Amino acid sequence: MSANRATRRLSARNRELLGLLPASLLVTAGFAGVFIQRSNVISNVSLIYGAIFLGLCLVAHVFIRRRLPHADPYLFPLVAVLASFGIVMVYRIDPTQARQQAQWFVLGLILFVATIIWLHDYRKLERYRYVIMAGSLVLLLLPRLPVIGYQANGAYLGVHIPGLFVFQPEEFAKIGLVIFLASYLRDTRQVMVIGARRFLGLTIPPLKHFGPVLVIWGLAMVILILLHDVGSSLMFYGGLLTILYVATNRISFVVVGLIAFGLGAWYLGSHITHIHYRVEDWLHPFNPHLYHAALGSYQIANGIFAQAAGGMFGQGFGQAVLTIPGNPPVPLLPAPQTDMIYAVVTDELGLFGAAALLLVYLMVIWRGFKTAMLARDSFSTLLVVGLTTMLGLQVFVIVGGVTRVIPLTGVTLPFVSYGGSSIIANFVLVALVLLASDRARTPAIATRTPADPSRASTSENE
Amino acid sequence: MNKPILRIFIVLVLLFALLLVWTTRWTVIDASQLQNNPLNVRTLLDELKIKRGRILADDGTVLAKSVPAPGGTWHRSYPTGSLFAQAVGYSTAAAGDSAGLELSRGPELRGVQTGLSSVFGQLGGSPRVGDDVYTTLDPKAQRVAVAGLAGRVGSVVALDPRTGAVKVMYSNPTYNDNDPHATGPNISNFNRATQAAYPPGSTFKVVTDTAALTSRRYTPSSVVNGDSPKIIGGVPLANDNNQSFGNIDLTTALTFSVNTVWAQVAEALGRVTMTDYMQRFGFYTKPPLDYPSDEMSVSRPFSPTGAAYPPASPREDIGRIGIGQGGLAVTPLQMAMVAAAVANGGTLMTPHFTSRVVDPTGVTVETIKPSVWRQVTTPSMAAEITQMMRRVVEEGTGTPAALGGISVAGKTGTASVGLPGQGFTQPWFIGFAPVPHPKVAVAVTIERTRGGFGGTVAAPIARSVIQTLLSEGQ
Repeated sequence: MSANRATRRLSARNRELLGLLPASLLVTAGFAGVFIQRSNVISNVSLIYGAIFLGLCLVAHVFIRRRLPHADPYLFPLVAVLASFGIVMVYRIDPTQARQQAQWFVLGLILFVATIIWLHDYRKLERYRYVIMAGSLVLLLLPRLPVIGYQANGAYLGVHIPGLFVFQPEEFAKIGLVIFLASYLRDTRQVMVIGARRFLGLTIPPLKHFGPVLVIWGLAMVILILLHDVGSSLMFYGGLLTILYVATNRISFVVVGLIAFGLGAWYLGSHITHIHYRVEDWLHPFNPHLYHAALGSYQIANGIFAQAAGGMFGQGFGQAVLTIPGNPPVPLLPAPQTDMIYAVVTDELGLFGAAALLLVYLMVIWRGFKTAMLARDSFSTLLVVGLTTMLGLQVFVIVGGVTRVIPLTGVTLPFVSYGGSSIIANFVLVALVLLASDRARTPAIATRTPADPSRASTSENE
Repeated sequence: MNKPILRIFIVLVLLFALLLVWTTRWTVIDASQLQNNPLNVRTLLDELKIKRGRILADDGTVLAKSVPAPGGTWHRSYPTGSLFAQAVGYSTAAAGDSAGLELSRGPELRGVQTGLSSVFGQLGGSPRVGDDVYTTLDPKAQRVAVAGLAGRVGSVVALDPRTGAVKVMYSNPTYNDNDPHATGPNISNFNRATQAAYPPGSTFKVVTDTAALTSRRYTPSSVVNGDSPKIIGGVPLANDNNQSFGNIDLTTALTFSVNTVWAQVAEALGRVTMTDYMQRFGFYTKPPLDYPSDEMSVSRPFSPTGAAYPPASPREDIGRIGIGQGGLAVTPLQMAMVAAAVANGGTLMTPHFTSRVVDPTGVTVETIKPSVWRQVTTPSMAAEITQMMRRVVEEGTGTPAALGGISVAGKTGTASVGLPGQGFTQPWFIGFAPVPHPKVAVAVTIERTRGGFGGTVAAPIARSVIQTLLSEGQ
C-alpha cells in the first residue's frame, strides 16, 4: 500500500514537473518572437531567458516536492504559465519594466517559499486574526495618507515611499481580510444559522455574532468610498460574501449583501465625480465629447479598438500599435502593461489567445475550489474558497472593465500585469492554497502533527 | 460545504463566459464597425507600416513608390507628380485619405493577407509589402496631351479600343499628388476626364447615327431635309449660321454636322430607341473602370434645374439630346468610350487602367485580360459609321485631325456654353485611327473658348496624341 501511495505521490509531482515544460516553452518562444520582431534575428538571449525561467521554476518545484509532496500538481504550472506569459507581454511593451517584473517574479518566488516554510501549519494564522484584520484595514487606508499616498486616475490605490518603491497595499489586504473572515466564520458559522430568527423569509443571524462581520464590511466599504474604487470594492465584497455564503449556506445573506452593494454602487456612481465619469465612459465610450474629455473614455474606447484590431487570431506578437508615432509619441493605449494588458493580448493573439488566457485562469479557479472541497477543516475550506474567489473576481473586474462588461477600474490582471505588489501578493496567495491543498490531500493515516495544541480540543468533523 | 462551493464555481464560470462573449463581440461581431469608427486611428497607423507596392506606367516608368520614413513607416512618393496625379491619385495614410488608383487598387498595393499568412507571416514580424500595379498609361502620349492643352482648362482621354486599356487620361488644371491638399489657382483635384458634366455637342451625333443605322430605320444614304430652322421639341432649332442644306443624306449631314437633320432623326427614332443605344454605349451607368466610384460621374440628360432625368423620360427633349444638347451632360471618358465602341467593330471593351499585378518576388499574381463590356452594334454597322466618320476628317469639320498616310475617323463638336449671345463654346473632338483596324480612340475637349470650334481647337490635340500612340507601335 505504501508503494502504491509512493507511485501516486511521485506521479502527482511528476505531473507538476511536466506541466512546467509548456510554461518554459512559452517563455522561450515568446521572447524569441519578440526578438525576431524587434531585430529580425533570433537572439540566443531568448533561450537564456527561457533557461533562467525554467531553472527558477525547477527550484520551486523541487521545493514543493520536498515540503508539500501531496499538494495539487496543476496549480503551480498554471501559475508559471501565467507569470511567464506576463513577462513576455510586459517585455514586448517595455523591456525595462519586464526586467523589473522578472525581479519581482524572483522576489515573489522567495516569498512563496518563505510562506510555505513559515506557515507550514497555516492554521496558526487564526490566532492572529484580529491583528491581521486591523493590519489589512490599515493597509487599505495607507494610500489616503498624506505624503506617501498617491492618486492615480482618481482612485487612491498606491503607496509611494520616495526613493524606495511604490506598492499597492490592497493586494495584500485582500489576503488578510480573507484570512480573518475565514477564521472568524469557522467559529461562528453554526451559531449564526442556529441562533437566527427568520423574518419575512430571510434568515437574520443574532447581532452578537453577525456584528463583527457587519463592522468589517461597513468599514471596508467606507474605506473603499474613500479610495474611490468600485472595481476593488466589487472584488472585496464578492470574496467576503462568498466566504459567508459557503460558511452558512444561506442564500439570503448573498441576496441582502448584493442589494447592499447595489445601493452602495448606485450611491457612489451618482455622487462621486470620478466614479460617475467612469460609469458615463462605460455607457458611452464612443461619444466624441467623452472621448476627448479629461478622465474621459479615451482609454476604454481604444482598448476596444485594440481588441477589434486583433480579431479572431490576432495581429501577432509585437504587432499591436500602442503609441501614435510623432515627437513626442502620443500613447494610443494608456497603461498597456497594467490596466489594458488584456486588450494588448487580444490585439496580438486574438480571440483565441484571450480565450486561452481566460481558460488558464478558470483552471486555476477550478483547482482552487477542488482544494477547498477536499479540505478537512472548515477554516481551510473557507480560506481557500475566499482566496480563489478573490483571484477570480480580480480577473473578472479588470477583464470585465477592459471588455466593457462593467465600468473600468484599475486592478491588475493577476500574474500577467506589470506590478510588484500584485505578483508578490498573488504568489503568497498561491502558497496558502498549496499549503491547504497539501494538508487536504495528505492520506488520512499520514502523520498529522499536532502543531497547534489549542486545535486538539476543537475537533473538526468536516 | 461542497454544494455552495460548486454553486460559486458555476457563478464564476458564468462570469468568465460573459467575458468571453464580450471579447467575441469586440473581436468578431462588431470588429469591422469598430475599425470604421471615426475615432479609431489604429487602422490608419497600421497602414503606415505597410510598404505599399509601386504603380508603374506601361513603359515601366514609376508613377508611385514607397520611401522609408521614421518609425518603421513608409511615405508615398510620386516621381511624375502632376503628370498622372488624377489617374494615380494619392494615399496619405496619416490623414486617412486616398484617391485614384491608390484607392481603387488599395487592396493589391497593400498586399492581400490570407488567413494563414496573417497568423504565421506576422509572427515572424516581416514587414508587410504590397504588390506592384502595372498600368496601361503611356507617359509619352500623356505629355503630348499636356502640351496640346497648353494650360487651357480641358481634358484628354485615349483608349485602346481593342482592349479597353486607358493610355492617356489628363485633366487640366491638375494637382501634384506629392502635396495633394495644396490649394491655389490652377490646382484642382477634380478629374474632369471622369467627373465633368459637359454638353457633348455634335460628337453625340455618333450615338444618334449608331441608333439610326443599327435600328435599320436609316442607312447612310437616307435623305432628310436639312433646312434651318426646324421645330424641334416645339421650339425652333437652327443650324450654324442658320444655314439650310436642303435634302441631304446622313453621310453629308454628319460630314457637315447638320443639326436639324440629326435632331429630326433622334425625334423620329424616339426616346426609347435613343435611350437603348445610349445605354449600350454606357450612358446612365458609371464606367466599369478600375477607378474609385466616387470619382466618376454618370453621363445622362439633366433637367434645367439640374435633376437627372430617368431613362427615356417624357420630359426630355430627345431631338436636342440627339445633337448633344438638351441638358445632356457627359464625361470625356464616356465620349472616348463612344469612339472606342465604333472603332472596335461595335464591341465596347471594359475600360481599365491596370494591366497586371506583380507580387514583391516578381511573380505576376493577376493579369487583367481584355473583356467585352457591351455589344453596341454589329461589325457591319460599325464599319458604315466608321466610313461616315472618315468623311468628317477627310472633307468635313474634322480635317485638322487628318494625319498624312493614316486614315483617321472622327467627329467634331462645338457645344455652346454660358449665356446665349456671349459666344462661348466648348470644342470637342472624338475619333480613332487607323481605319480599318483602329488601335487608338480619343476624346478631347476644351472647357470654354470664345468662339473656338471642335475642328480647329480640339482636333489638332487629338491628332498629336493619336500620332504619338501610333508611332509607339500601338
